Amino acid sequence: MVIYGVALLSFCMLAGVFAGDLLGELIGVQANVGGVGIAMLLLIVLSNLPSHRFRLGPITESGIHFWSAMYIPIVVAMAARQNVVAAVSGGWVAIVAGAAAVAAGLALVPLLARAGKGGPAR
Amino acid sequence: MTDVLSRVLAEHSLIAAFTVVGALTAVSYWISGRFTGGRLHGSAIAIALGLLLAYVGGLASGGSAGLADVPLFAGVGILGGAMFRDFAIVATAFGAEIEALKKAGLMGAVSVVVGVVLSFVVGAVVALAFGYTDPVSVSTIGAGAATYIVGPVTGTALGAGSDVVALSIAAGLTKAVLVMVGTPFVAGRIGLDNPYTAMIYGGLMGTTSGVAGGLAATDPRLVPYGAMTATFYTGVGCLLAPSVLYLFVRALL
Repeated sequence: MVIYGVALLSFCMLAGVFAGDLLGELIGVQANVGGVGIAMLLLIVLSNLPSHRFRLGPITESGIHFWSAMYIPIVVAMAARQNVVAAVSGGWVAIVAGAAAVAAGLALVPLLARAGKGGPAR
Repeated sequence: MTDVLSRVLAEHSLIAAFTVVGALTAVSYWISGRFTGGRLHGSAIAIALGLLLAYVGGLASGGSAGLADVPLFAGVGILGGAMFRDFAIVATAFGAEIEALKKAGLMGAVSVVVGVVLSFVVGAVVALAFGYTDPVSVSTIGAGAATYIVGPVTGTALGAGSDVVALSIAAGLTKAVLVMVGTPFVAGRIGLDNPYTAMIYGGLMGTTSGVAGGLAATDPRLVPYGAMTATFYTGVGCLLAPSVLYLFVRALL
């Protein structure tokens, strides 16, 4: 049933965010540490369990696929609710700091990718 | 009649948001096909239009949530809020390859730490260049260059002034907006076309909304990999910026 997929997804998210909040409190920061990442890992693990009793049917899967497909529309809505006015009117310090951080980060992507491929990770 | 219409839209705000976003998407794909021959992806245009509407909405309402502060479009705020965003991000993990995640696991973790330190240092240097000299302000602006959550968390922890905290949030927002809009344009040049690089990209950029938007506009298949590392970034930033990185700045200034 579709709700099984949606329920599995929501369970993974709640468990992950809970773990992320606990982790944040444990290391003493006022933020969620990787909650969504933990939720993603949990979903991947649960949906790949080798057990035949826990195999997801195609209709159950469609409950997860729907939300996966809603991702881009949700991101468009997310863009439409950003505080763009504050970003633009923050003054040059904010704009230069943000832009420089983006440029530096993007420039490092190929460097780190190459460094990793040469290392023991492969 | 307009009263009835606005009441219906206000009472069904989330449902109205589906229509709004659907229409926006349709317009974007039409623009993409008609004017760019599909070269500029429809979702990239939709995100850019979304940001533009957020700007217009923010100006019109004077609020902080873009278009969502206009009562007629309040549902956009719910649909685009952190709850649905994170729910959809988790859903994209369904079908992600475990092997690809394992292969990039170590470099993904490294990229998060490198990304936080890099953004902080770049932001701090910019703050210095603009004449800020006290370690608390420099650190807060540096933290804001990480994400718009790390900035205020660091500023509050260190006791920075509210004007500096506001600047740090603006720096983080600028970063998120630029990552959303800029990623599809540089994706080819930085080799962002596989899960491995996407994980490193997510870790280096860190802003969840920026990475989410940037990858959606570049190649939606890469979303789970980039999002996976990006979600650790803010936590790591809140850990490092007010502690180690601040002490480092204080020792130097």
